[in-house]
Amino acid sequence: MQKRTPTQILASILSDGLLVIYFIFALFPLVWLVLISLKSTDQLFSTQFLFKPTLDNYYAIIFGDSRAAAGVVASQDFPRYFMNSLILSTGSVIISLLVGVPAAYALARYNFKGKEDLAFTFLSFRFAPELVVIIPLSVLYRQLGLYDTYYGMIWVLQLVTLPLLIWVLRSYFEDISPDIEQAAMIDGYSWWRIFFDILLPLVRPGLAAAALLAFIFAWNNFIFPLVLGAGHTQTVTVAALGYLSSAQSFFNRMAAASVISSIPQIVLALSIQRYLIRGLSFGAVKG
Amino acid sequence: MTEEDLRPPLAVRIRPWLIALPALLVLIGILYPFLTAIYYSFTAYQLNRPGSMDQFVGLRNYWRMITDDDFLYSTYITLAYALLATGIELVIGLVIALLLNRESRVAKILTPMLIFPMMIAPVIGTLIWKVMMQPSVGILNPMFTAIGLPSLQWAAAPETALMSVVLVDFWMFTPFAALILTAGLRSFPNAPFEAARVDGASFWFTFRNLTLPMLMPFLTIVVVFRLMDSLKMFDIIFAMTEGGPGNTLMTYELTAYRTSIQFQKLAQGLTYAILLYIIIYISSQYLIKFWGRAQRRAAGF
Repeated sequence: MQKRTPTQILASILSDGLLVIYFIFALFPLVWLVLISLKSTDQLFSTQFLFKPTLDNYYAIIFGDSRAAAGVVASQDFPRYFMNSLILSTGSVIISLLVGVPAAYALARYNFKGKEDLAFTFLSFRFAPELVVIIPLSVLYRQLGLYDTYYGMIWVLQLVTLPLLIWVLRSYFEDISPDIEQAAMIDGYSWWRIFFDILLPLVRPGLAAAALLAFIFAWNNFIFPLVLGAGHTQTVTVAALGYLSSAQSFFNRMAAASVISSIPQIVLALSIQRYLIRGLSFGAVKG
Repeated sequence: MTEEDLRPPLAVRIRPWLIALPALLVLIGILYPFLTAIYYSFTAYQLNRPGSMDQFVGLRNYWRMITDDDFLYSTYITLAYALLATGIELVIGLVIALLLNRESRVAKILTPMLIFPMMIAPVIGTLIWKVMMQPSVGILNPMFTAIGLPSLQWAAAPETALMSVVLVDFWMFTPFAALILTAGLRSFPNAPFEAARVDGASFWFTFRNLTLPMLMPFLTIVVVFRLMDSLKMFDIIFAMTEGGPGNTLMTYELTAYRTSIQFQKLAQGLTYAILLYIIIYISSQYLIKFWGRAQRRAAGF
């Protein structure tokens, strides 16, 4: 092991220092959000860091003002928005899995005319401005009665979840050697058994990670529920904006709502860390 | 036997299309509104004028868009936001990736926390910053004045509005650049770098001739994703100021939203969205080809 020169030690300390500075910048807003969510309304406008933390905001958000002071603006139905986000994200991921896994397999294993065109059309959904699709849908959905419905929202969220699932799963399928399937075919396995008993277990971790990442993206989506949804299907993302534009801006309530809305993603993201890079880059970077 | 006879039977050839059938149905379901959008953009469709949907006006909406007083500014602000955000995230992300690539306890502890700003909803992240920038409750200005810097008006003033939203974009998506580039750095073979070290190469020499070329595919991936996403960014700008103050942050996407949804002039707003789509489509084709070439060059071909 080489002995480190003073320059190397200095460089190492500087590098660590720069990293710490960046991470303070990256994490400070989140820490501050949690702090604000624990502040009572009367202490809100003093910027002291020493204050008595209270869980009142969380109670008010979840149980609806049962412990809030008099004269306070009644909080909206946050639990309902949370459930909506949950339903829409889960629903769209399930549909994308049912539709996307076979498509990813077809793209990975077969060579057919128009294959790459098909794949790139799905990729283009990722990069297209959503408004090109949303604006006509805002008319079409009203005509079809799909405006502000779960079905309508889950369908349109496919634009977000399906390209991710298809491309990431395609890259996982391509990683598996076709020899395994051919050996199984020689042994007499039917196509169904190969798919469900051999292939799926092999891609299961990648599949789970891609599904969770798609869930996060569907949850974080803002513009679809903004334009194509209304009171019935309102998600936490659209609701978050509402906390600030009401006449009395209850920053602490908004902070509590934001914290609760963000916990699922952070937990999920930490659990799929290993697969994040491949998922975020749509399979381009194997990480 | 002719070449035709050697092809597999139709039943076999059609199998992948059958397997992908559900996905094809979804694709058609998405393409239909897209084609409708193109059709609408050639009409005089306005929601408050019944029957205007069938009024075909050709390229009039596009002409109106290009000759509009604010079109040039809108182009500028769309490009400025995208290029600033992507450029800064690329550079700082590279620095972070290089710093994280060392054997350091600090690096190991901090790496998992890198993804947090990326994973919360962009709207919520923007709201956090919006409140931090707020005069009465916010924490940024008090911190600034405490260390002698002037307090800023952030997104409320036209001069600082762009900087404020780019700052939020930078906070949110630099982790993406750092993550991808870290993966790239980790994938390098050790041999060329050791050879360079043995031969006494300086840091800059190694960086310019080894690190950068081998990193090019990853840098391109970062640019593809960030540039395309920031060209069409909606959540951050909308949550911050809805395009304001005034028209300061009216990018193509924001203009499309305001014109089509708020002013209900569907056809006119769609022209901005479609133009944006064309720009994104052409840039992504070019960038993805560049990525392919960069991959081959990085592998030594």
